[in-house]
Amino acid sequence: MTSLSPNLSSPARRAAHSALLSLTHPNKSMFERQRALLRKAVPAGFPSPADDYVERRLSLDEHLIQHKESTFFMRVAGHSMRGLGIFDGDLLVVDRSVPATHGCVVVAVVDGEFTVKQLLYTAQGKVLRAAHPDYPEMAVKPEQEFSVWGVVQWNVHRV
Amino acid sequence: MTQRAIALVDCNNFYVSCERVFQPGLEGKPVVVLSNNDGCVVSRSPEVKDLGMKMAVPWYQMKDMAQRHGIIALSSNYSLYADLSNRVMSLLAQFSPSQEVYSIDESFLDLTGIAVDHAQYAQRMRETIRRCLGIPVCVGIAPSKTLAKLANHVAKKNAPFGGVCDFNALTEKELDGLFATIDVGEVWGVGRRTTDKLNEMKIQSVLDLKRTPAKYLRVKFSVVLERIVAELNGVACLELDDVAPAKQQIICSRSFGTLTSRLPDLEQAVIAYATRAAEKLRQQHSLAGGIQVSIRTNPHKERDSQYQQAMLMPLPEPTADTRLLCHAALHGLRQIYRAGYAYQKASVTLTEIIPASAKPQTLFDDVETQQKSHALMQTLDRINRSMGSGTIKLLGEGMDTSWAMRRGNMSKRYTTEWAELAVCHADP
Repeated sequence: MTSLSPNLSSPARRAAHSALLSLTHPNKSMFERQRALLRKAVPAGFPSPADDYVERRLSLDEHLIQHKESTFFMRVAGHSMRGLGIFDGDLLVVDRSVPATHGCVVVAVVDGEFTVKQLLYTAQGKVLRAAHPDYPEMAVKPEQEFSVWGVVQWNVHRV
Repeated sequence: MTQRAIALVDCNNFYVSCERVFQPGLEGKPVVVLSNNDGCVVSRSPEVKDLGMKMAVPWYQMKDMAQRHGIIALSSNYSLYADLSNRVMSLLAQFSPSQEVYSIDESFLDLTGIAVDHAQYAQRMRETIRRCLGIPVCVGIAPSKTLAKLANHVAKKNAPFGGVCDFNALTEKELDGLFATIDVGEVWGVGRRTTDKLNEMKIQSVLDLKRTPAKYLRVKFSVVLERIVAELNGVACLELDDVAPAKQQIICSRSFGTLTSRLPDLEQAVIAYATRAAEKLRQQHSLAGGIQVSIRTNPHKERDSQYQQAMLMPLPEPTADTRLLCHAALHGLRQIYRAGYAYQKASVTLTEIIPASAKPQTLFDDVETQQKSHALMQTLDRINRSMGSGTIKLLGEGMDTSWAMRRGNMSKRYTTEWAELAVCHADP
């Protein structure tokens, strides 16, 4: 193995060094580089009167994400939730850590697939409700593989 | 004095578990994840373990078995695993003031002095990680790191423990009973060769090793084994490394999907790796003082002529500029490249890494160029972050990457690429 230790000032290293210098600064002479020192920005002028009021700029992440470890984004495909303002192609902000209460919109796993629906707890058991007149309610059958993957906290919709 | 209590939290078949989070249809099915280039099995679902498939076996030898049992094989998706690992570690950090992230799927936590029932506390960790991420974990608790590892092994292999095993809650007699049933090779730090040597000395079980006098071992083994025996006896010799030191080296290396003898292929690969390494460097706000390139043929193809060579290029000044790093890497590659060999692997290593804030100013610093470079790299990273990695790259990296890794069946990068989010159906 050829290894040019940076701590050696061997001829090989010097050769490699100068080869690199010419590679990285192809058109600059030493003189030009020294002149660059003088081009440094020099602070001058009046201090901004707003300096004392500088605060942290607002962040959407902060607003939309309550638990950053358990929050994931998902993409919506289909129209069945448009009654609740969730459209095809929208971006869901889903939190896995919050409990799925009656009436909340969830990402559920039904027979191994992700689906977005409103979750209702009824006397007959859990019901998944779409928000579209053409789609009927779906009662979760006991033999069905069903679980709540996460609770939809926000929907991001492009206007 | 309060009893020392160290927990080791380990994710169960982590890569497979990560895949199942975003492909719930894989639940209950036999699934394996393969290493780079789809070479070996690196993670197995419990269903696959039950079929008797071993870890690290070459995949092509397993194809018949896979077909018979309908085993689903996925290529490794490290972007996904790394993100979920970070989430696991940061959730675990809430459970102890002292954490050592030991690997992508394991973490030590110091529970000493936390005045709760440790087994219940560990169940809360399991529940939290399952609920927040959908990943199953097991926890071992003991007075030393070596014992915590062993406790974790016990928790994993024995369903009645419910995923948590606290050695501190067991009596000496109960512990010894357990240790008598565990192979000495399972002990953390006892490798294959040491196991063979120990077996020759009639040391078969963990209990045998625990009861072997230190001075008896000192003659035949290194001090490391002596320390392991002390740890097995509940004397903590290894402390938790709380602070992960900033990386002193950044390595990007990979085997090619197919062997290549062409310099242009190697150049593309080296530029791609140097680009990736430079991104990592900027992520940790550091600069590199040198870059090493190495290439080698496939040492397992004994009939092919073999060649391997490496070269370290010192940089004129510490930098994180992709262009300068690539330039230097290519310069090195062209010096070590020899025609007529079938190359299997190239790697790029950044060395002499320093924090960007610690860069010494010199008289010849070209401040304007440095500022421009910094701004350009920031823009590059921002675009690649928001629009997908590789959106903007050096032309040298090439558009045709036929040398690249074989990753035939890789899942989407659900948490790190906008274009690859999981899709949620809103139709009947």
